[in-house]
Amino acid sequence: MKIEDKKRVLREMVLHRRFEERCYQAYIERKIGGFLHLYPGQEACCNGVMEAARPGHDYIITGYRDHVHAIKCGADPKEVMAELYGKETGSSKGRGGSMHIFDTAHHFMGGYALVGGPFPLAAGIAKAIQLKGGDEIAICFLGDAANNQGVFHETLNMAALWKLPVLFVCENNLYGIGTSIERSTAVIHQHKRVAGYNIPADECDGQDIEVVYEHARKAVDHVRSGNGPYFLELMTYRYRGHSMSDSRGYRSREEEELWKQRDPIFILRDRLIAAGELTLEAFEALEKETDAYIENEVIKFSEDSPEPSVEDLEKYVFADRETQLPWLTGKAA
Amino acid sequence: MANIMYWEAIQRAHDEEMARDPLVICMGEDIGVAGGTYKATKGLYEKYGPLRVMDTPISEGGFTGLGIGASFLGVRPVIEIMSVNFAWLAMDQMFNSAAKVRYMSGGQLTAPCVFRSAGGAAHQLGAQHSARMEKVFMGIAGLRVVTPSNPKQAYGLLKSAIRCDDPVFINEHELMYNMKGEVPDGEYFHPLEGSEIARSGTDVTLFGYNISVHWCLKAAEILDKQYGISAEVVDLYSLSPLDREGIRKSVSKTHRAVIAEEDEAPVGVGSEVIAIINEECFFELDAAPVRVHSALVPQPYNHTLEKAAIPDHEDVVKAVLKMFGKA
Repeated sequence: MKIEDKKRVLREMVLHRRFEERCYQAYIERKIGGFLHLYPGQEACCNGVMEAARPGHDYIITGYRDHVHAIKCGADPKEVMAELYGKETGSSKGRGGSMHIFDTAHHFMGGYALVGGPFPLAAGIAKAIQLKGGDEIAICFLGDAANNQGVFHETLNMAALWKLPVLFVCENNLYGIGTSIERSTAVIHQHKRVAGYNIPADECDGQDIEVVYEHARKAVDHVRSGNGPYFLELMTYRYRGHSMSDSRGYRSREEEELWKQRDPIFILRDRLIAAGELTLEAFEALEKETDAYIENEVIKFSEDSPEPSVEDLEKYVFADRETQLPWLTGKAA
Repeated sequence: MANIMYWEAIQRAHDEEMARDPLVICMGEDIGVAGGTYKATKGLYEKYGPLRVMDTPISEGGFTGLGIGASFLGVRPVIEIMSVNFAWLAMDQMFNSAAKVRYMSGGQLTAPCVFRSAGGAAHQLGAQHSARMEKVFMGIAGLRVVTPSNPKQAYGLLKSAIRCDDPVFINEHELMYNMKGEVPDGEYFHPLEGSEIARSGTDVTLFGYNISVHWCLKAAEILDKQYGISAEVVDLYSLSPLDREGIRKSVSKTHRAVIAEEDEAPVGVGSEVIAIINEECFFELDAAPVRVHSALVPQPYNHTLEKAAIPDHEDVVKAVLKMFGKA
């Protein structure tokens, strides 16, 4: 990665981290409701892969831990926060919430609650790309536990069979909701499970963005060259609970401290400082600047935005009726 | 007008729409090289090739989700589930992805898919191949449900469903693929909403859909010729949404209603129609509406037990005669 890109990505990861931590606070203040699944600790995974891909061009899909993926694709943090606040100005007009962020203009295709649900959707997006002859790829970001769903296996088989241009990124954070991987999964290293489908697979350290980037470059190039799917496993850790309702009783504080020593933001920061490209003061100023942006622009926008109107409750269930009349009534428009 | 079979009508709709729009594809088990279990996709593989006529592995959840994902980018898949009994495996994707995605995304994403499947009881296929599952699909917000009772509807409903931007489930019937009927020579789009008066009458409304329309028509003939009762037969080809206006209009005319369904009673089409009659025209009734339905049993293999479980036109006649005190 070039120096300017490393500095830019550091700024972005700080934004992602501060955004997520601000969500935590907003949830406690009851500005955000429902289920909230936060990303801190895993920033190098999304950022490393997306730096090798083309944000806004390639099609990205993921599960419910989706805020950072959306923002990395190009979604406006103001619209994402407004969605969490349930406002009409939210990316899904307040209808989706945290687990259903969508930004199709930036090719961010959601935002899904059922673990593993996105797997076949990603393969379908890849099928459409293949049929239409585009140069995009589909990238599916899911966790280790999702690989225990039947539909993971069904999807891998079809993706390999039809050589679909889809990259499966497994953010292996060692837990599926409240159960450790050792207690739920016969094989810890997910990339080994994929060999049975004749799909090339790789694994690397998910906390060092430069390592992720190198492995992601190889993965993206493979898929982009029309060689079919690829599976990239990133070993990572989420610092927060599965969701806000999680007191993390199933993990030890010692384990958490160990992983905090490998904070992806500090790894990159310290590397840049050692290379003389950054000072600690500048980093602290960046953090302050980011918090100010989030407070004065992102939160303010969300607070000031209007709620959706109850009259619009049934809007978006179906396509706009006017446009569908010929098929609904059998009469030409 | 051409007189063709139900399966030919479905095949013709596929062919026309695939010829017109390169993004219309079809997918399912044995639909390509084998031409489809019920021949609904016969000849399409040779004409359009494997990229657009996809023989899928036996992975209902996976390939349904794949079709839905493709539809996010404007592909219009016609996804065949070989037997509706297998659709349970596909429902997470059908309901949680296709049906809900427009709403959850505030209108950004659309899933213009068609899911078509053969339902109904055939002959001695046993408990896991004889389900009637219309009720499971009805009442899922964001999913349209239609069910053709003849080749013209089979052709026209598939045409409309492919063009419509909403996800549509088409419930066909295993026993009806070789049924013959008149289909317009030219292009024809059957409405996805509404209902049809299959036979006009004045004394009682017989509501049917799919195969039970034919029981109702037979029953109406018997009631007229042998008992002098004039029955109106209403074909509810649209199960979701049900045609409130059509139901209200007919019952307001005849003041009596019998709903004939091949499904078991609980939570079924009959329940829904009676609830709608209640809401729309309760005071028009001269008698309580009645359901003619299957027994609440997993379908037995034995031929006699199977026949006992499922009603037919005679049960419809009996229900009407009982209603008129002529039983």
